Amino acid sequence: MSEQQGLGIGTDEWVAQHEKRLARRSGLLGILDLLNQKVSPAIRYGILGVAAIAFGLFVDDFYLQRIAANLGVFLILTLGLNVVMGFAGLLDLGFVAFFGFGAYAYALTSSGHLNQHWPTYLSVPAIVIVTAFLGYLVSLPSRRLFGDYLAIVTLFFGQVFIQLIISSDSITFPGNEESTDITGGSNGIPGLDPFVLFGYKFKGAADYYWLLLVILVFLIIAIIRVDRTRVGRAWKTVREDSLASQAMGIKVNNLKMLAFIVGAAIAGLAGTIFAGIQNSVFINGFDMPLLTLIYAAVILGGSGSIPGSILGAFVMSVLPEILRVQNYSEILFLSVLILTIAVLGKSWKKFAFNIALVVLIGFLVKVIVSALNIATTPAATWAIAPVSKALQHWLVIPQSRLLWGNIGFVLLISLIAYYSIAKEKIKFYLLPLITYVAIFVWEDRLVIEPNTTRQLIIGMLLVVLMIVRPQGFLGKTRVEVL
Amino acid sequence: MKPLLTLENIDTYYGAIHILQGLSLQVNEGELVCLLGGNACGKSTTLKTALGMVSPKNGSITFAGEDVTKKSTSTRVKLGMAVVPENRRLFGPMTVLENLKIGAYVLGDADPADIERVFELFPKLKDRQNQLAGTLSGGEQQMVAVGRALMSRPRLILMDEPSMGLSPRLVEQSFEMIAGLHAQGISMLVVEQNANMALSIADRGYVLQTGRIVLEGKASELAGHEELRRAYLGR
Repeated sequence: MSEQQGLGIGTDEWVAQHEKRLARRSGLLGILDLLNQKVSPAIRYGILGVAAIAFGLFVDDFYLQRIAANLGVFLILTLGLNVVMGFAGLLDLGFVAFFGFGAYAYALTSSGHLNQHWPTYLSVPAIVIVTAFLGYLVSLPSRRLFGDYLAIVTLFFGQVFIQLIISSDSITFPGNEESTDITGGSNGIPGLDPFVLFGYKFKGAADYYWLLLVILVFLIIAIIRVDRTRVGRAWKTVREDSLASQAMGIKVNNLKMLAFIVGAAIAGLAGTIFAGIQNSVFINGFDMPLLTLIYAAVILGGSGSIPGSILGAFVMSVLPEILRVQNYSEILFLSVLILTIAVLGKSWKKFAFNIALVVLIGFLVKVIVSALNIATTPAATWAIAPVSKALQHWLVIPQSRLLWGNIGFVLLISLIAYYSIAKEKIKFYLLPLITYVAIFVWEDRLVIEPNTTRQLIIGMLLVVLMIVRPQGFLGKTRVEVL
Repeated sequence: MKPLLTLENIDTYYGAIHILQGLSLQVNEGELVCLLGGNACGKSTTLKTALGMVSPKNGSITFAGEDVTKKSTSTRVKLGMAVVPENRRLFGPMTVLENLKIGAYVLGDADPADIERVFELFPKLKDRQNQLAGTLSGGEQQMVAVGRALMSRPRLILMDEPSMGLSPRLVEQSFEMIAGLHAQGISMLVVEQNANMALSIADRGYVLQTGRIVLEGKASELAGHEELRRAYLGR
């Protein structure tokens, strides 16, 4: 054995140490890798659980509870889609329809709309079973399809659901003169009954939070277990190579149908709880924007990875809320920026140099601006949040903010585009410049337009991640068999 | 000798294209049969038809005394057919162990004794069991593919081009491995372009040309056949 000296390329040890070698990255990524190795999944889930319980116990802000409850619903959806798309590899674009069906079914069985007030312990399980059956029906014509063909068919089903709900507000049954309003059409159904479980009537988002927590614990454990069973493995083979999977004696079509059914049931369950929290249902909540967000969450976290789904759901559901508040969004933006430099810098020395350069560029620009006598916006009008106040002696915002902001924005995009093809040496000096322009654009324009900024940031996050890490935050690297 | 797999007057079509034209062949218990032929003559289709991944228009397939013509691939694998597909077709992002367990899918959960048996046969795989299958070398992937086939406790292994994509030395090793499995009593149908290699370990052979069997006989006889030598052995 001579693996101590030299690389030993081509020897077995070299290949066998593949994982260890990956870990030897320097800088911030190295630390993350180390954390990733040292902390076992059980501990990670434990920390998450404790944090979730602590949140439920100590946070009594109504707004935060509402966000947390919505996150819970979103998390269930993400985990459900992770089974369909992450495990079985089925591009199901009708997924939100099952969510909508669950919500509407709850609304119809628990409101004055049709004058039905079913007890929760009856309605919710019944709805989950019916949604699962619906998933079975949708899977029948889809079971022989894969990839984009499947996507088109399921997209059709999703849109059919929406049209059905919208147009079912005036249905004339045979032998009946007057039309009946079943779904409330585009007006939705307001005034739903809250959940009542074990004689306890749910009062607000906090109560649903605890219910969601219990459901999520069971769901996550169940999905982790399924992932390790024969069915979980078989799903993955269907995803990877359905022909080889069939050759192993796996009934590919049945497994695909099963994935559809499980996904539908999970989405249906999420729908009932969502309807309970909202007190009402409206059809526009179950259309493409939500579908896009769920897919983004699964892909962002790493398709097929359960911790990835959780992380992805967290980012996609909480991030937009955080970005609503200027102070938070500013801190978040700057820390992400600094983290990006740290990651791209690869070593601590380079990182420190980069930061120093950014500071220098800032003062340089200030000197140039004052030398050229360009009118500036007084700091008092733009430096409102704590971080921007700290920046006011360093950053200059010209008087015509709109113009300079637009110029800065175009410059920023061009610089980033150039960065992706630049040589290593140029990249090193380009990075501080990009950072400065980013901070400038942020303080000048983006911070005062939170709605646009939110979309922009989420979009950029996805683009950057898909370039840097196509497998998502916690997804496995793709290995192609050649 | 008892027949294990019998294909009788098989006609297989891909759309309008007539691929297998009245093909008949037989593998007896404990026999190693090779199916030779050039490109696009229907070798792989024969295996796919035997395995039930392509259904023939006419003809019958009997396996282990049972008519399986209309049975699913899953049923046939359960009855004791296993395949080592062309190019191995491992599940790359799954570990070696997971790939092996998938091989035992039709039996339910994999028996640890079966896994141990594969590791005895290929000790290298034991060290690599938690490595992703896609990161293995070609020779090791071949081992996993064969091990995966063995996991379903097959009576007959169908091998599609075991020499494909392997270096000459690994081809030799691969055929030694096939001969070794045959010596343990497993019947095999090996589809191969490398006629020399295949005939050196087979009991009997068939030669396929444009979907028809044009020649059959003992491997030793085929190896000495004038026409065949000219067509495939290049001598």
